[in-house]
Amino acid sequence: MPAPPLIGYTHVGKTFDGGRDAARVVAVDDVSLDVAEGEFLAIVGGSGSGKTTLLRLANRLIEADGGSITVEGEDVRNVDPILLRRRIGYVFQSGGLFPHISVAGNIGVTPKLLGWPAAEVATRVDELLDLVRLDGAQYRDRLPHELSGGQRQRVGVARALAAKPRIVLMDEPFGALDPLTRDALGDDFRDLHRKLGLTTVMITHDMTEAILLADRVAVMRGGKLLAQGTPAELTGSSDAYVGELLRTPRRQAERLGALLPRDGAA
Amino acid sequence: MNLFSDPRWSEAVAHLPDYLGNHVRVSVTALALGLAVSLPLAIIARNRAVLRGALLGLASIVQTVPGLALLALFYPLLLALAALSLSWFGFGFSAFGFLPAVLALALYSMLPVLRNTITGLQGVDAAILEAAQGVGMTPQQSLFTVELPLALPVMMAGIRTAAVWVIGTATLSTPIGQTSLGNYIFAGLQTQNWVFVLFGCLAAAVLALAVDQLLALIENGLRNRSRIRAAIGGVGIAALVAATLVPTMSRSASSYIVGAKTFTEQYVLSALIAQRLQAAGLSASSREGLGSNVIFDALVSGDIDVYVDYSGTLWANQFHHSDIKPREVLLAELKATLARQNITLLGELGFENAYALVMPRRRAEQLGIRSIADLASRAPSMSIAADYEFFSRPEWAGIKQAYGLPFRTQRQMQPDFMYAAVASGEVDVIAGYTSDGLIAKYDLVVLEDPRHAIPPYDAIMLIAPKRASDSVLREALQPLLGRINIAAMREANLRAAGGDGASSPDAVARWLWDKIGKR
Repeated sequence: MPAPPLIGYTHVGKTFDGGRDAARVVAVDDVSLDVAEGEFLAIVGGSGSGKTTLLRLANRLIEADGGSITVEGEDVRNVDPILLRRRIGYVFQSGGLFPHISVAGNIGVTPKLLGWPAAEVATRVDELLDLVRLDGAQYRDRLPHELSGGQRQRVGVARALAAKPRIVLMDEPFGALDPLTRDALGDDFRDLHRKLGLTTVMITHDMTEAILLADRVAVMRGGKLLAQGTPAELTGSSDAYVGELLRTPRRQAERLGALLPRDGAA
Repeated sequence: MNLFSDPRWSEAVAHLPDYLGNHVRVSVTALALGLAVSLPLAIIARNRAVLRGALLGLASIVQTVPGLALLALFYPLLLALAALSLSWFGFGFSAFGFLPAVLALALYSMLPVLRNTITGLQGVDAAILEAAQGVGMTPQQSLFTVELPLALPVMMAGIRTAAVWVIGTATLSTPIGQTSLGNYIFAGLQTQNWVFVLFGCLAAAVLALAVDQLLALIENGLRNRSRIRAAIGGVGIAALVAATLVPTMSRSASSYIVGAKTFTEQYVLSALIAQRLQAAGLSASSREGLGSNVIFDALVSGDIDVYVDYSGTLWANQFHHSDIKPREVLLAELKATLARQNITLLGELGFENAYALVMPRRRAEQLGIRSIADLASRAPSMSIAADYEFFSRPEWAGIKQAYGLPFRTQRQMQPDFMYAAVASGEVDVIAGYTSDGLIAKYDLVVLEDPRHAIPPYDAIMLIAPKRASDSVLREALQPLLGRINIAAMREANLRAAGGDGASSPDAVARWLWDKIGKR
C-alpha cells in the first residue's frame, strides 16, 4: 500500500457508562482498520456490534478513549471537531433532515456554515439536486415532510455532498426504504462515489447490500473487528459468524436464481 | 332604566385612555422583562437537572402567592432598597406604582415561560440534534437555527399564557399606586358602581384576548415562514404600546396628583380636591385605590401631592402611639411630627371619620346598651364584624384593653356589606365609620366610648414636602377647610353608594361643593 490511508483507526477503544446500575459497556474494543482513498468500505454487524460508534469516532461525534484515529493524515484529536465535521459528509439514518427548513436550506446548510456567498450556495444546491436526480424547480422550496422516504434520503445524500467533502460517512442510509427505492438509491450513490472520487464508509446490517455496493467489507461483533477484506477474501475467513453472514446472500441468490426464470417478465 | 343609557358608561369611557394606556405599559414592560430573564434561564437550565428543578420549583412557589399579596410585598421591599440606595449611592428611586408592579408581574410571568421553553427544547428529537452536530453546527448554531425554531410552538403557548396572566393580574396593581384597568374595578367595588366593575373586567378581558391573538399571529407567521404575518403581529403590539404613549405625552408634567385610599369617602374627597384645583386653573388628576400604608409613603416621596388622612390613623398606625390624647393636643403633636418630615398639615375638613362600634338602634334600646361599656357583659353571646384591617389595628387592641369585649366570633367583611349585615341581624355589632351614610340609612346607633379608647379621627388635608411652599395650591384648597360637617359628609357618602348615574365620585363631589360652598 503506497498511499497513506484517508481514514485510519489504530487500536481504538471506546467504553460507555452503562447507566445507573448497569456495568460499563465496551462498544469498540481494540479496533485497527484503514480506509484507502477512493475506497467504498461497508461495516457490517448486528445491533450493539459497535459499528455506529466506530463510524462516529471518525468525525468526533463520539470521542475515543484509547488508540488513535487519523483523517486525511491528521490525528483527529488535534483538529477542531466542528471544522472536522464540516469537511466530512454524513448521511443519517432516514435522512435526519431539519423538519422546519426547506430542501434547499437543508442541502445548503454546511456551505452556509462555512461562509459561502449566498449565490454560490444556491448554485451548489441546484447542482446537487440535479446530481441526486431531483427536479430543482419542483422540490427546492418544499419542506421535508412533503417528500417521500426515498426523496428525503436523496436530499440527505445531497446535503452530505454539499461542501464537496472527500469523505462521506453513511449510517444505515437505505435501511428504512422499500426494496425498489433502496436498490435505485444504492446504485445511484455507487455511481456518485465513483464519479466524484469519494472515500465512503457505510454502515449496514445487510450483508447483501454491503457486497453489492462496497469494495471492501468489515465485519463487527461485540465491539471487535472480526474480519475485513473484499467479498472474495471474506469467504476465506475461518470465523463462524462471518461464514454465517455470507451464507445468507449466497442462499438467497441461489433460490432466486431457481425461482425466477432469466427471460421472465421480471 | 336602560343599562346602556346610564351616564356612568360615558364616564368610564372618558377614563379609558389613561387606565388602558397605563395598563398596557405596565403589562408589556413586565412581560418583556419576564421574557428577558426567563428565556436565557430556561436555555441554560435545559440540560442541567438540578438547576432546572430549582428554577421550576421557585417559579411554582411564586405562582402560589396570591397576585395581590405579591404586588403588595414588592412595595416595602423596594422602599427599603430605595432608602438603601439613597444612603449608599446618593440617589433614590420611586418605590411607588410602576416599578413594584413591573417587578411583581414579571416574576409572575416566569413560570409558564420557563416551563414551556424547557419542555419545548427537551422535546426536540435527539436524531435532529445529532444531525445538527453532524453537519458541523456549533452548539450555539444548533440552538438558534434548529432547537429554538422547533421548540417555538410550545414556547409561544407559554408566552401567550404568561401574557394573559400578566394582563389579568395587572388589574391588582392599583392599590400600590399603578394606574390600571383595576382602577375601574376597585373604585366600582367601593362605590357600588357595577358599571365600572363590569367595564374594567371587560376591558381587561378584551385587551388580554387582543394581545393573545397578536402573539398567535406572530407565532403563525414564524412557523409558516410568513414574514408578513409575523410583521403584522409585531406591528400590532408596537402600535398598541405606541398608542398608549400618546395620552401620557400630551399630559402636562406639572400636573398635581391627588391621592385616595380604597373607600368611598376618599374617592369623593379626592374628586372634590381635584375639582377645586381645576377651578383654580391648575391641572390635576387623581390616583385612586391606594393602600392605607402605601399612600403616606407616596406623599413623603412626592408621588402624590395631596390627600386626606385621619388624625387617629396617622397617630396610631404611622407613628405607632398607643396612648390616646385629647383631640386638640393630638392634632398639635401630629402637626409638629409631620412638619419634621416637611409634610404640611394644611388643616381639618370639619368632620371626623372615626371607627365606632355600631348596632341597630332598636336592638340597642331593647338590650339597654348605650355605650361600649354596656356591651361588655353581652359580648360572649355576640358576634362582631369589621373591615379587613380593623382587628389588627392598635385601636382594637385599645378597645379590648379598656372594655374587655370577649366576642363569641369576629368576622372580616367588605365594608360596604357589613352595615347590611348588622341591620339584618347576621352579626350583632360592627366596627363602622362615623361618617358613613349607611348609619342613618339603616337606622343604626353609634355606641359611646366613655373611656376614650378610640382616638379622634379628624379628616385632615396633607401636602407633600415638594409642594410645601406652593401658595397657589394652598389657596385653592383653603375653601375646603372646616367646611364639611359630619352630616354633609354622611349624605355625600350615602349618595356615592347609591349605585346610579348621579352617584359617581365626581357628581357627588360637585353636589358636596354646591352644598358647602354656599354656606
